Amino acid sequence: MIADNPRVGFFSRLAQPGYFLDWSRHMILPLAALCAVFFALGLWFAFFNSPADYQMGNTVRIMYIHVPNAWLSQFAYGVMVVASIGSLVWRHPLADVAAKTAAPLGATFTAIMLITGAIWGRPTWGTYWVWDGRLTSSLVHLFIYLGIIALWRAFDDPVRAARPIAIITLVGAINIPIIKFSVDWWNVLPQPASVIRAGGPTMPAAILTPLLVMFGAYTLLFLVLHLAAMRTELARRRITALQARTARSQAGTPA
Amino acid sequence: MSWLDPNWGFIASAYAAGLSLTLAAIFFTVRDARKQKKRLGALEAAGIRRRSKET
Amino acid sequence: MRTLAALFTRDFRLATRTGGNTLTVVLFFALVAILLPFAIGPDVALLQRLGPAIIWLSALLALLLSLDRLFLDDHRDGSLAAMRAGPVALEWVVLVRIFGHWLTTAVPIVLVSIPLAPLFNFDFELLFALLVALMAGTPALAANAAIGAAITVSLPRGGLIAPIVILPLAIPVLIFGVAAADPGAGAARGSALLFLAGYSMLVLVVAPIAAALALRSGAE
Repeated sequence: MIADNPRVGFFSRLAQPGYFLDWSRHMILPLAALCAVFFALGLWFAFFNSPADYQMGNTVRIMYIHVPNAWLSQFAYGVMVVASIGSLVWRHPLADVAAKTAAPLGATFTAIMLITGAIWGRPTWGTYWVWDGRLTSSLVHLFIYLGIIALWRAFDDPVRAARPIAIITLVGAINIPIIKFSVDWWNVLPQPASVIRAGGPTMPAAILTPLLVMFGAYTLLFLVLHLAAMRTELARRRITALQARTARSQAGTPA
Repeated sequence: MSWLDPNWGFIASAYAAGLSLTLAAIFFTVRDARKQKKRLGALEAAGIRRRSKET
Repeated sequence: MRTLAALFTRDFRLATRTGGNTLTVVLFFALVAILLPFAIGPDVALLQRLGPAIIWLSALLALLLSLDRLFLDDHRDGSLAAMRAGPVALEWVVLVRIFGHWLTTAVPIVLVSIPLAPLFNFDFELLFALLVALMAGTPALAANAAIGAAITVSLPRGGLIAPIVILPLAIPVLIFGVAAADPGAGAARGSALLFLAGYSMLVLVVAPIAAALALRSGAE
């Protein structure tokens, strides 16, 4: 067994699909419970135990759900890039699974970021949408996620899909900063920078606390959902393999 | 804090949209996990039955 | 080098012969560029202002239309497998293919945009800037198309899904390409053209590597 072989490295053992199913089983419930605690605490802080901003008033509370999703939108793509390198260099089946399951989650979190950002923009900037650099590149990012999801659905065999999609994920990673740069260049209109500067370390602690707790809550949520989705994807592949085997054995023995 | 802020509608709708999408993500992940687990269990049970019949 | 020249000659002949797609692509480009004014209205000043954007968008769509010609035929008839096993690295084959594709689709489009210029009331200076921008930016479009075509080569309906994946990558080309020909952009035109050329260079390096990797992995 790979899982018991001391000569196989720690991370290789963790990543062996059978062993992964084993250890991740015991991770999901505790992580989900911790995540629920963080959410309860974060929402309590966000609504009842944090002051209104001196400039934005109570609308600053939207930041506590908007900014963590903006972070996850980037983080999920980072996970996909690392997993894609794993697919291409080590041809690791678990890396394929990780890349595939991170894409829908990333798209969801990007959508949440865009929607909450638009609703936040109405009272702060007076409009739901401006074609500024940050908003526009977030929208493009959403469509990169959706394109990758569409590509996964286009392939019949997820094993054959992994490497081409890993390549396009890495090409996307090269292009995202260029797109960001070009969109910033395209729109040189000054935007209220206070929105993003509010995410910096100069914030008062009373606003930083709910933000950090919500960061923790959403990051934990991503980890739990990603682990669960990876386990489901492994089960789905095992189902396909079992069905193929059953079909073969039935074809081999004439009724 | 003031609960009379006219912007509460925006705050409430932002949280409603964000949290309902979050809940939708959780719901679909859990539902898919349950469904695939059930299918895998049924297939494995069928495999065991077939093998025990053959021997 | 002689192998690459032979490859190029083969690609060029296949594209321009009967059944090749140069004429189709050019006609598609011209038709889109002529159709868009009907959607916008006959306001000459507005059309002149939107002209570079219309030409760029039509060129982008026309290049997407011909995308599955890049590798699909060679994948189906087995030529691609022969090239994979051949003496020349697949990256060079892809680069030659991109160049051939660009020469037989993008360059005719650039040439055809000259007779379209009076329709948008372009003066000579604007037309020249637009032609230079098209020449600098279309290699990036062709190279990105090669990536999209390579990763979807094993799919029966790859021609439909590849544009969805590579269209976001066209944003820098559109932004810098239109700005380089925009009379209102002023001094930013020069830097837009430089960015455009730089992006084309970068994509021309990345695309052969990525596309060759995808073509190799598709064979396993």
